Amino acid sequence: MEQFTVHVGTALPLRRSNVDTDQIIPARFVPYFSPTGQGNGLFGDWRDDPSFPANLPQYQGATVLVAGNEFATGSSRESAVWALQKSGFRAVVAASFGDIFRENALMRGLLPVVLPSDAVERLWELTEADPTTPVTVDLELRQVRFAGRTETFRINEGARDRLLRGADTISDTLRHEAEISAHERRRRPLLPTTTRSAS
Amino acid sequence: MGSTLAQKVWADHTVLRGEAGGDDLLYVDLHLLHEVNTPAAFDGLRAAGRTVRRPELTVSTEDHNVPTTSPLDGFDDPAGRRQSVQLRDNSDAFGIPMYRRGDEEHGIVHVVGPEQGLVRPGMTAVCCDSHTTTLGAFGAIAFGIGTSQVEHVLATQTLWTRRPKDMAVNVTGALPAGTTAKDLVMALIAAIGTGGGQGHIIEYRGPAVEALSMEGRMTLCNMSVEAGSKAGLVAPDETTFAYLRTRPGMPQGAEWDAEVAYWTSLRTDPDARFDKEVTLDASAIRPYVSWGTNPAQSLPLDGRVPSPADFDTATQRAAAERALAYMDLKPGSRLTDIGIDTVFVGSCTNGRIEDLRAAAEVLRGRRVADGVRMLVVPGSAAVHRQAVDEGLDRVFTGAGADFRPIAGCSMCCGLNEDRLRSGQRAVSTSNRNFEGRQGKGSRTHIASPAVAAASAVAGRITAPTDL
Ligand code: SF4
Repeated sequence: MEQFTVHVGTALPLRRSNVDTDQIIPARFVPYFSPTGQGNGLFGDWRDDPSFPANLPQYQGATVLVAGNEFATGSSRESAVWALQKSGFRAVVAASFGDIFRENALMRGLLPVVLPSDAVERLWELTEADPTTPVTVDLELRQVRFAGRTETFRINEGARDRLLRGADTISDTLRHEAEISAHERRRRPLLPTTTRSAS
Repeated sequence: MGSTLAQKVWADHTVLRGEAGGDDLLYVDLHLLHEVNTPAAFDGLRAAGRTVRRPELTVSTEDHNVPTTSPLDGFDDPAGRRQSVQLRDNSDAFGIPMYRRGDEEHGIVHVVGPEQGLVRPGMTAVCCDSHTTTLGAFGAIAFGIGTSQVEHVLATQTLWTRRPKDMAVNVTGALPAGTTAKDLVMALIAAIGTGGGQGHIIEYRGPAVEALSMEGRMTLCNMSVEAGSKAGLVAPDETTFAYLRTRPGMPQGAEWDAEVAYWTSLRTDPDARFDKEVTLDASAIRPYVSWGTNPAQSLPLDGRVPSPADFDTATQRAAAERALAYMDLKPGSRLTDIGIDTVFVGSCTNGRIEDLRAAAEVLRGRRVADGVRMLVVPGSAAVHRQAVDEGLDRVFTGAGADFRPIAGCSMCCGLNEDRLRSGQRAVSTSNRNFEGRQGKGSRTHIASPAVAAASAVAGRITAPTDL
């Protein structure tokens, strides 16, 4: 995955709550889209509106998305993460996240940061007033810094460690082969298998 | 202090316990796949030269993109076709069993797992799809994951994940006649909000839950994710065992008895503590319908479209304003005055036999209103066979509905040929009324199968009792 230590960038204020993953990338774009291939579709249906923040020239080049509560709930589609990364985003700050999106983002190196609503509001105000406002997202210190303000955030330590190293999670896990095999020997014997009836 | 059911199942599957603030490594008993969110996972395996650790604990099905009109090609989207072909090729290459369109086991991933007896109490199950929560109906821990996690499970049969907190939803009393599990879960989400279960596994408890069939429990657990929760589950009981008894591949004789004894032990201890508890009185629940663009924006059918001013917080007011504009609804108008042009009965929420029976019951001797298109899509090939055996197909076609021969997600998700055109309005038995969910510019009102069928007959949102 992409390594994440400290990132300094500008922010795109998305003053909306309950932005589900169908809005981040509408279904019809999904089959066309892979993490390495062409195409994007980020906020596909909202792009029709010229005043949608992601369309505004002053926010081109933003690398930190700032959204309201319940960001990226709904469908598990990881293409929501890929679309944000391909559009240059390194971190998303929101008051809360959909669980699956948060885990997907951590797996790919897009940093999801939960900040209190008042900090999100302040970030919106600042970046609406001055889109060039620098925002620092510091995973080492677990801080977001902007306009002289420092907000700390919490993140689970395993994911933080993997992000700081840019680790391949699967390789990390396979170091625990002995424990996984031990668990497999302990599994109850009558659990179902899928090979029974299928072709 | 005792443990909750979820804690017991979680502990049974914890390979490594995370340090404080870290993830647990959880063993996965069953890994389900569908065509949309998996190609990149297999690409990743190939690129790293890895294999699938336990193909015999993995199964795939094609459901999201596939046309439901016939078992033959029929794709109108080449990218959709490509994903089905990719899943078939990947399943073959990695030795994973697959249910293909036309196979007798085929269907929507969350419908076929239980039908094939692959989901049992006390298991863990994951799938590249948020509605994997459906499987919690069996007293299993089941949740959706993303593509990178799919790759991780394929390679290791495990997953790093944060241990969720425990939430109890106690449903007292009994659901009134004509009120279903769908209405119950919509009422719950309307009450606790789309983030009400965030970070928690919900255990549904109480007499109204125990009275539900397995189909009803699946509907309930299906929409757990719409309350933001990681998973939802129901403790296994006689209803669970009776359902499982008839499934393929079940142990027999003394082995069956041993399994039932184990399953019976899977209960929350009386002195266990939940981090959060909610109580709902089932007897006060009436048929629900959504008016807005998230599932919490729902009301009893006899209500009126709310006004943004009715809401407490600025965020809710702004969301209501957006939703009303998108849905083109006027505050204060009756929900039952909303005219519709499409009705969809199907999906992993309400595409099982009980759901088709409820819709047919309303349609018997009636006709779908002129100008309304009604689509009935079975959740699996088995549901289709059963519907035909019971003569429900003739009820649907006799009423002027389009009853599909092949199972699939169909109009739930806008990923295949069944889409709403911009501005069209549907009553749908699916689980999401998001903007554009059923096609760009689509307007979706989610409801139970009986309400959907009644609305098809009346041409507007209607309760069965008002026909
Ligand atoms: S029926 Fe709808 S919600 Fe269910 S798996 Fe298919 S697309 Fe997802």
